[in-house]
Amino acid sequence: MHGEAGAFIELDGLEKVFDVRRRVGRFRRETRQVRAVDGISFRVARGEMVGYIGPNGAGKSTTIKMLTGILTPSGGRVRVAGIDPSRERTRLASRIGVVFGQRTTLWWDLPLIDSYRLAHRMYRVPDARFRENLDRCVELLGLGDLLHVAVRQLSLGQRMRGDIAAALLHDPDVLYLDEPTIGLDVISKTRVREFLRDLNRDRGTTVLLTTHDLQDIEQLCRRVMVIDHGRLLYDGGLAGLHEAGGSERVLVVDLEHEAPPIELADEPSVRVTRVEGTRQYLAFPADRSAAPLVARVAAAYPLVDLSVREPDIESVIAKMYGERADA
Amino acid sequence: MRLYAVVWAGSFRRYATYRTATLAGVFTNTVFGFIIAYTYVALWHLRPHLGGYGLSQAVTFVWVSQGMLAATGIMGGGFENELTERIRTGDIAVDLYRPADLQLWWMAQDLGRAAFQLLARGALPLLAGWSFFDLTLPHDPLVWAAFLAAAVLGLVVSFAIRYVVALAAFWLLDGTGVAQIAGLAATFWSGMLLPLNVFPGLLGQIARALPWSSILQLPADVLLGTYSGWDVAGVYAFQAAWAAMLLGAGRLLQSAATRRVVVQGG
Repeated sequence: MHGEAGAFIELDGLEKVFDVRRRVGRFRRETRQVRAVDGISFRVARGEMVGYIGPNGAGKSTTIKMLTGILTPSGGRVRVAGIDPSRERTRLASRIGVVFGQRTTLWWDLPLIDSYRLAHRMYRVPDARFRENLDRCVELLGLGDLLHVAVRQLSLGQRMRGDIAAALLHDPDVLYLDEPTIGLDVISKTRVREFLRDLNRDRGTTVLLTTHDLQDIEQLCRRVMVIDHGRLLYDGGLAGLHEAGGSERVLVVDLEHEAPPIELADEPSVRVTRVEGTRQYLAFPADRSAAPLVARVAAAYPLVDLSVREPDIESVIAKMYGERADA
Repeated sequence: MRLYAVVWAGSFRRYATYRTATLAGVFTNTVFGFIIAYTYVALWHLRPHLGGYGLSQAVTFVWVSQGMLAATGIMGGGFENELTERIRTGDIAVDLYRPADLQLWWMAQDLGRAAFQLLARGALPLLAGWSFFDLTLPHDPLVWAAFLAAAVLGLVVSFAIRYVVALAAFWLLDGTGVAQIAGLAATFWSGMLLPLNVFPGLLGQIARALPWSSILQLPADVLLGTYSGWDVAGVYAFQAAWAAMLLGAGRLLQSAATRRVVVQGG
């Protein structure tokens, strides 16, 4: 074993290359190689909760598919709980739970409880254990009144909670969540997040969370991985993302009268990004103090009002994606 | 195996909840039973002992076929729409994460549906036919048991064919045409339109050798007492051979289709 101690998910230079055939003209076909996952390495320790984010088509789903064994990697190495997923998919299946925000694993026309009975048999959960897990999920996810309601009659938030419960009845060691809060209202989102946080804390379930809702990440994950074009752009704490993304704060100033864009001598890192009448937006590096800058602007321009805007994680990530796209 | 038993039972209960549809179906089968039965009566008056059946046997064949029509799913109403929809939307990827066999899963579901429909949409029309016509139904419970076994094997063959058709539709933009052709073929070659033994010569031989004869003609003949003793074992062997072959073909298509879905994303 050459994994770090406690590493539960290990990826070493993982690759997935697809051959995409395209018609060129009437008869000719051209084969192009698409590197959906292009050499990704990371380790996730048991009990970690990690955000895995990236724009559409970045390679997130492909990674998850290789982690669950339904896709075989073209290169590199992957281990989950010491198991090679694509070789022992069925053995691994009983140790993982998968939840998709946009798809359901529940039986559409039948009461929720029927899907759970199915999970009971499918994962061969001992009876007492099943009972215990079901009771806990029902209580924590508030499913008590819903167990005998047909799934098609549930609201999206109720269905999502039902799906999460279904993925946990067999005590998986790792849970893959693909946009678990998509389309949910604020209350349902909060409920799902609280449940996941408790699950991770109390039961030590390793969680890999894919989402476009960065609030999910901010509220749940200490560690985040950003992927684009099949490569890992960032892997670390949420705070460090700002530095890595070269993010900027914005000083918004209201002047007495309209003026040409503010220019400050020997301040090349400060630039006006927008002018709206008397209001101007000055971007400056996030790690710099705003006070000296304010003083200099106030000295040279008739200042009426000002505010400082902190960079939000979305724009940081958008910037990161953008840089990759330009590259 | 308990997993597939739960899938089977769940599907049975699911169809049991569609009460209005079931009643409407029973009504339709009964009406068509009368129409076709009277047509056969006219036909057998002109050509007595056509295909070796007496009038009573011919009319029994009609009511048995109406009773089995829904269960066999050859005219639709089975799992196919759901499967093609799951493939089209990519939901099938979710199914792959489960430690379960995809084909067995769908077969358990389809057989659960068929079991319900054999009971609900089989028994009532047959009862209606039995009260208005002189039917040749066996007194020996063993013959009924033999019929039931042949019917189940027929349902497996029917599932296997429809599974192949549903998956083949995956490579086409629209599967409706293929499904319609398959439905028509099944209706004709299973004996649903006319018993296969009325077809003369080569046509009859071909009809009896094709897999569709397993679905209706052979179970009905077991019920009518055409086969007995070791001949029944021969019927089972014929059905089982087709079932194995078609399930194997379904498996090949399934792995090709799912590979594509998995690659496509979702």
